[in-house]
Amino acid sequence: MSLNRDQINSIAHLARLSLTEAEIPVYQDSLSKIVDLVGELDAAQTAGIEPMAHPLPGLAQRMRPDVVTETDQHENYQRNAPQVEAALYLVPKVIE
Amino acid sequence: MHTLTLSELAKKLRAKEFSVTELTKSLLARIEASQPSLNSFITVTAESAMAQAKVAEASLASGSAGPLTGLPLAHKDIFCTKGVRTSCGSKMLDNFVSPYDATVVEKLNAAGMVTLGKTNMDEFAMGSSNETSYYGPVKNPWDVKLVPGGSSGGSAAAVAARIAPIATATDTGGSIRQPASLCGVTGIKPTYGRVSRYGMIAFASSLDQGGLISQSAEDAAMVLGAMSGFDPRDSTSVDTPVPNYVESLDAPLTGLRIGLIKEFFEKGLDASVEKLIRDALRVYEKLGATLVEVKLPALPLSVPTYYVVAPAECSSNLARFDGVRYGHRAKDPKDLMDLYKRSRGEGFGAEVKRRIMTGTYVLSAGYYDAYYLKAQRVRQLINQDFKRAFQEVDVLMGPTAPDVAFGIGAKASDPIQMYLNDIYTIGANLAGVPAMSIPCGFVRDLPVGLQIAGPHFAEGKLLNVAHAYQKETDWHRRIPAAFKKETLS
Repeated sequence: MSLNRDQINSIAHLARLSLTEAEIPVYQDSLSKIVDLVGELDAAQTAGIEPMAHPLPGLAQRMRPDVVTETDQHENYQRNAPQVEAALYLVPKVIE
Repeated sequence: MHTLTLSELAKKLRAKEFSVTELTKSLLARIEASQPSLNSFITVTAESAMAQAKVAEASLASGSAGPLTGLPLAHKDIFCTKGVRTSCGSKMLDNFVSPYDATVVEKLNAAGMVTLGKTNMDEFAMGSSNETSYYGPVKNPWDVKLVPGGSSGGSAAAVAARIAPIATATDTGGSIRQPASLCGVTGIKPTYGRVSRYGMIAFASSLDQGGLISQSAEDAAMVLGAMSGFDPRDSTSVDTPVPNYVESLDAPLTGLRIGLIKEFFEKGLDASVEKLIRDALRVYEKLGATLVEVKLPALPLSVPTYYVVAPAECSSNLARFDGVRYGHRAKDPKDLMDLYKRSRGEGFGAEVKRRIMTGTYVLSAGYYDAYYLKAQRVRQLINQDFKRAFQEVDVLMGPTAPDVAFGIGAKASDPIQMYLNDIYTIGANLAGVPAMSIPCGFVRDLPVGLQIAGPHFAEGKLLNVAHAYQKETDWHRRIPAAFKKETLS
């Protein structure tokens, strides 16, 4: 199967990735090959087989007591942020 | 001292043949001298290593030391280390200084180990050759024109060159075992859920597992016990007691049933690699084991299954890198969408973008059932194959990789060729079972790895089986010629 430019652009948009003009044909080619590779799965007989989401059968999500376990460390964490003001993360204006 | 294993180092530190400071200094000098040729480290933490060495010396002197006190190690740069850059091999995290320690790092610090630095890796652990690292490729110590394998290529090269006696690593589809095989060292990927994933930067959460690259099974046994165990901060951490892996190392192998995966010997395996695997199996027969051929008919579908499941989980996990809270941010964004797209477009390398887009595609409306759900069903078939096999045999053996190390650049332009490097390793991740790779000889002067897999939580058995072989052979003690001398030029 061959993916066209529009499909690559649409996948990149869904993935929130900017691509350069030069990258588009490269991904068209390699993603098409990958889609062919994973197409081999079609041949497998899977009727009635339970999908497997993770390797630990019967694992239940644990509950913990509803008590505070973490202290406020926003200053520590925000040291890695590109732009912060008054302890808030700054982004370009969203609402005009 | 660089040629000594961890257990030998521990004895000599106690016998005061040399101090932790001397050992640490000597290894830091080896790291520095090897960087231009190997590039196996992204960050060297010399100052904190010397401080940890001093603390270790004090506890050795006062008698409060544990079995790992003062033993140096390196961490794959996927494990968060407090106050130290944790890049995951990516431009995206080039400026990220972790505010906390991964559980694995915390536990090994508490055990008194000395962290030499952070090893190079494929970007976000996506690669089988270490060529996708933002910090440049790692070279194979056996021949610097060749790749070390990946994604834990820095950890494997560092241990192979004896510039770190042991290193942490992670394995999502073979990222511990394949580089261990290509560099001639020992690698263990434990059972899914055995080692905490907290603070281990996520790639594919249902497959990722932390483990070790070491000089021997005995060394791995010493450290694995200390890094394993239940962690309430990892929702898939398993609450099962950690056995003493060192105590079970010398159990006799009489009566051991070894399964040979028929599908692995059929096609695509280099003939001289196969010969070495058969030689290793004969050593096991002499030790009292019996060989049984087993069929895992769904296993040949593990590569296509993986290339749906892993990219799907990767596209979800890597959605967190948005240029807002940490990581790379594009300059002068015109709006929020532009900020997201350009920060991610600039911050991620080509292979990571390829996996994110593959994952986005297989999860997108209209394709979910055909790809993702289908792959999860095939994953179940592969899982059932392993379960059935382990009713017949104690361990499975076969090659780790189809061939020896290949040239830098040789497979970089064809992702499918690169993906097929992991054809023998991916199955263990899909089923969540533990697996190892141990050196079993050389082809064209390059190391070959024997893979050993076992049922869930059989790490003790695997280490025992690997150790028995390493008592009979010396492949694991071989050191690349350029790194034999104590002082590297």
